[in-house]
Amino acid sequence: MTQQFNSGFSAWLKRDLVLAYRRRGDAAGPLLFFVMVSTLIPLGLTPESARLADVAAGMIWVMALLATLLSMDALFADDHRDGSLEQLLISPQLLPMPILGKMTAHWLITGLPLTLASPLLGLMLSLPAAGFVPMLCSLAVGTACLSLIGGVGAALTVSLRKGGLLLSLLVMPLYMPVIIFGSATVGYALDGLNWLPPLAALGAMLAASVALCPLAAAGALRITSVN
Amino acid sequence: MPDIQKSFAREDPLSQPPLVSVENLAFERDDTCLFENIDLTVNAGDILQIEGPNGSGKTTLLRLLTTALEPRSGFIRYRGQSVTACRHEYLSDLLYVGHQPAVKLTLTAEENLRWMVAASAGSNNLSIQEALQLVGLSGYTDLPCYALSAGQHRRVALARLLMSQAKLWYLDEPFTAIDKQGVAFLESCLQRHVDAGGAVVLSTHQDLALGAVRKYKLEGQGRGLRS
Repeated sequence: MTQQFNSGFSAWLKRDLVLAYRRRGDAAGPLLFFVMVSTLIPLGLTPESARLADVAAGMIWVMALLATLLSMDALFADDHRDGSLEQLLISPQLLPMPILGKMTAHWLITGLPLTLASPLLGLMLSLPAAGFVPMLCSLAVGTACLSLIGGVGAALTVSLRKGGLLLSLLVMPLYMPVIIFGSATVGYALDGLNWLPPLAALGAMLAASVALCPLAAAGALRITSVN
Repeated sequence: MPDIQKSFAREDPLSQPPLVSVENLAFERDDTCLFENIDLTVNAGDILQIEGPNGSGKTTLLRLLTTALEPRSGFIRYRGQSVTACRHEYLSDLLYVGHQPAVKLTLTAEENLRWMVAASAGSNNLSIQEALQLVGLSGYTDLPCYALSAGQHRRVALARLLMSQAKLWYLDEPFTAIDKQGVAFLESCLQRHVDAGGAVVLSTHQDLALGAVRKYKLEGQGRGLRS
């Protein structure tokens, strides 16, 4: 009998990544939404690059937030349906660790591709050159916050058949500081100011989310998965 | 055929508290009492069959035993200690195969088994391939599970039994959708497990062809009576 430390983090992280790879079409949904909606903005607003540049950073952030929200309710719903969530709840590991694994997988599947695709959208929306690096940095940190906070909402609404709308209502207030500091990071850079302070605030939010969100989601799952 | 002998330390039942004892357990759902005054004990070497009409709470009782649900009142003790006090030891020592087999349809049988084992407390030295061969899935290891039948999904979940080190098996309707040979094989597994000092609690409507099966009857009207 080999007794080794097994937190469950890597097992669930790996499993969710393989699952997403098997269902690439579904996993690419948020990214497609992100790109598609962003191409509509010049059509609906104005193709003039000077006016687009004013709204580019904010628009990209709003789209990233909505794209993340779109994919959030599947985080625990599938596992709830096929009984794996039950197995998660009775695993001997501390519950927050496997949950953190699932949330990390969610960021790798949605947040990271969104971040990597954002320079393309920056080009399309005529984002000034000074904004690209701050945008990448703020999206990388910010989307991780979104995945973690959204996971708590997903855990709270897991047993509801149509939990999507309630989930949005629940997590939207918590998403507000993320989008404020996220778009401020890009805005400061475009105004020629030091953009590190708002990014640091985002970083602080991420640190708090990593520490608290898995705990909150674990508590929520214990309550909601009763039926 | 690989040897799947397990050995647990033999214990003298008189000097030791029972493996699991349930005292005065009650559970209510939506303000109606599902059952109350449930008292039962599970000793090493026991097979306990929970019987009762549909809706009498067999699955609920099993889920209460796995601590996935909280009872309204009453205690579950593991080796004389309350399970809330020795949660990790208890959960490390139990294996639950629920109504939903927790099989991911987009993963292959082998991948499913790999994460189930990785997410649980530990496994014996039987390899995944050997376990799948024993449950009769050796030709199907590389197929995604959506290509397999319901009975084969069950077999994937049951392959976990062969690989588990857990002493306590909680099985919810394990014979559902399984063919005759499968039932005979599963019964021999259960026999071998209890012969090695393990214990099994299962719910099934089927009469088992095993020697020493104790039965516990749940009455539909929310009162548990020992028969």
